[in-house]
Amino acid sequence: MAGNLYNKPVLFAIVAAVVILIGTTVTMFIPMLTAEMHPKLANLKPYTALQLTGKDIYQREGCNNCHTQTVRPLKTEVMRYGEYSKAGEFTYDRPFLWGSKRTGPDLARIGGKYPDQWHEIHFDSPQSMYPDSNMPVYGWLKDNKLDPPSIEHHMKANDFPTTPGEIAELKAKTELDALVAYMQVIGTAVTGTK
Amino acid sequence: MVDYRYDNQTVKGFVISSIFWGVVGIVIGLWISVQLWLPSWNIAPYFTYGRLRVVHTNGLAYGLGIGAIFGISYYIVMRLTKRPLLFPKLARFHLYLFNAAIALAALSLFAGMNQSLEYAELEWPLDIGVVILWVIFAVNIFGTVIKRNEDQMYISLWYVLATVVAVAVLYIVNNLAIPAGWTKSYSVFAGVNSANVQWWYGHNAVGFIFTTPFLAMFYYFLPKSTGLPIFSHRLSIIAFWSLIFAYLWTGAHHLVYTPLPDWIQTLGIAFTIFLIAPSWGSVINGYYTVGSDWSKMQSNYLTKFFILGITFYGLQTVQGPTQGLRVVSQLIHYTDWVPGHVHMGTMGWVTMIAVASIYYIIPKIYHTEIHSVKIANIHFWLVLIGQLIFSITMWITGIMQGALWKATNADGSLKYTFMDVLSKNYPYWQMRTVGGVIFTIGMLFFIYNIIMTMRKGSLEPVGAKA
Repeated sequence: MAGNLYNKPVLFAIVAAVVILIGTTVTMFIPMLTAEMHPKLANLKPYTALQLTGKDIYQREGCNNCHTQTVRPLKTEVMRYGEYSKAGEFTYDRPFLWGSKRTGPDLARIGGKYPDQWHEIHFDSPQSMYPDSNMPVYGWLKDNKLDPPSIEHHMKANDFPTTPGEIAELKAKTELDALVAYMQVIGTAVTGTK
Repeated sequence: MVDYRYDNQTVKGFVISSIFWGVVGIVIGLWISVQLWLPSWNIAPYFTYGRLRVVHTNGLAYGLGIGAIFGISYYIVMRLTKRPLLFPKLARFHLYLFNAAIALAALSLFAGMNQSLEYAELEWPLDIGVVILWVIFAVNIFGTVIKRNEDQMYISLWYVLATVVAVAVLYIVNNLAIPAGWTKSYSVFAGVNSANVQWWYGHNAVGFIFTTPFLAMFYYFLPKSTGLPIFSHRLSIIAFWSLIFAYLWTGAHHLVYTPLPDWIQTLGIAFTIFLIAPSWGSVINGYYTVGSDWSKMQSNYLTKFFILGITFYGLQTVQGPTQGLRVVSQLIHYTDWVPGHVHMGTMGWVTMIAVASIYYIIPKIYHTEIHSVKIANIHFWLVLIGQLIFSITMWITGIMQGALWKATNADGSLKYTFMDVLSKNYPYWQMRTVGGVIFTIGMLFFIYNIIMTMRKGSLEPVGAKA
């Protein structure tokens, strides 16, 4: 029988596909159908238009190449960054932005840690605050205006609630404002759920 | 002299394209390695680390890796089926479309169009392009294999067929997204679930792009260049099926200690340990094949490329499962250890096998001998030394980072700030660039050797001589 398999390419491919789909089904498709893969913290709110735009800029600039957004339940890690990450914090992230490398520090608890102005100065020149930092400068983001119609489109694609007033307000904002707004909301839903 | 029937032009086209994109990817790799210790090398907006890093990974995985896979698979499949490709014109179109897609992909990544899925960063219009490229590849491979003139399918064909099937499933599922304009989309998967889908994809991209097609090359070109038959057919059967079975369970080892449910993590770790067995099945098969005559390491210059390549594959597939263990992961995950690990696989295994296969193919289709075995040997030693400097430096600094992040004072407080630890990385990051430069110089020797071989040979068989 085995001999047959190696001179029947179509049968071979079907058997290979089945073999590949077993692990796929058990570890990926079946969990997807269960509630434990779709949790949501009570405090978690959809992103506002400005925050979502900030998140899109975070993705565009590839911030996730150097920053993680998940605190592991390890003693020193919780001491360094704060409360460890909960599954229900990421319901509105399409996709998740946990990252895989900490060239810079984890950002899972960056929201509310510093005032807006701190971020503006830091984005403008990370080295002015930390001379040894190797982060690129992002001050140029403040020269870029936002494009409200496309942001409205992005809000709809995510099914996030928005109002014409909220979209109109974006005209006065810059990409730097959006990125700072996103920084300030990351990881804040966990407050009060300890 | 049945060679004239094979479509060598398309094979040559893919090989040259793959080398071209390889150069682009390696140069950008050097650039981002400098950016890590010299941030003034970031040129906003297009050439910052965050954008260039994905051009580096995609350029090499898709440009060099997939380009080599397309071209070399066509070469292998034609020989093992004893016939030309079923659709030679389609294969030629495949070559042009491939280069157009890679060029557009690079531009889109410079422009920041990025889905933020590792090794699946391309936005949805390019994803569709990738799927079309893959379908063309699948049609030609399956068509040619079905219409073959050789009854039995050799080991390499199993790996090629498994690659075609698995990559199709992986790529399509992980890239499912809701478009929001031509250059932006949001994944259909969210949060924890998207993490699980992404690393199911991410780890199997390693399995079915960086492993199975290169095993196909290994099983074909090692016996071809040494003249020694594969040690054990039975071992290759066991290794093949257990490899493609186990790989798909292991993605969650990238998500150890994250909010992903523990049972998925544990299952992933367990299967990762199991994966050592089929991986080493191929390593042992390679060693014992050459083991029947180790003098080939001296007498045939290609043998050492294959043996060192499979050795790094063996080391990679022990180091990887070790990293998956919770106790190891908590120390080295998120540190520079991981790029050290990845580059042993890509520079030590994937590139070593790809260049050795190209060294075999180019003289064959140009009806000549390699320009210079001496230059090939210089190339070998330079890429080996460059890669070892790169990986070992990163392992050392990775362990240091992990340990210092965890270090506490007598009163239980953290001993180092994040910046304290980052500062200590600089000499290692600089050393990594040195390793990268040595590796790159080695690759330039390779390219020179290939160009000179093409110049002295001819794609047309010399009729009179035949």
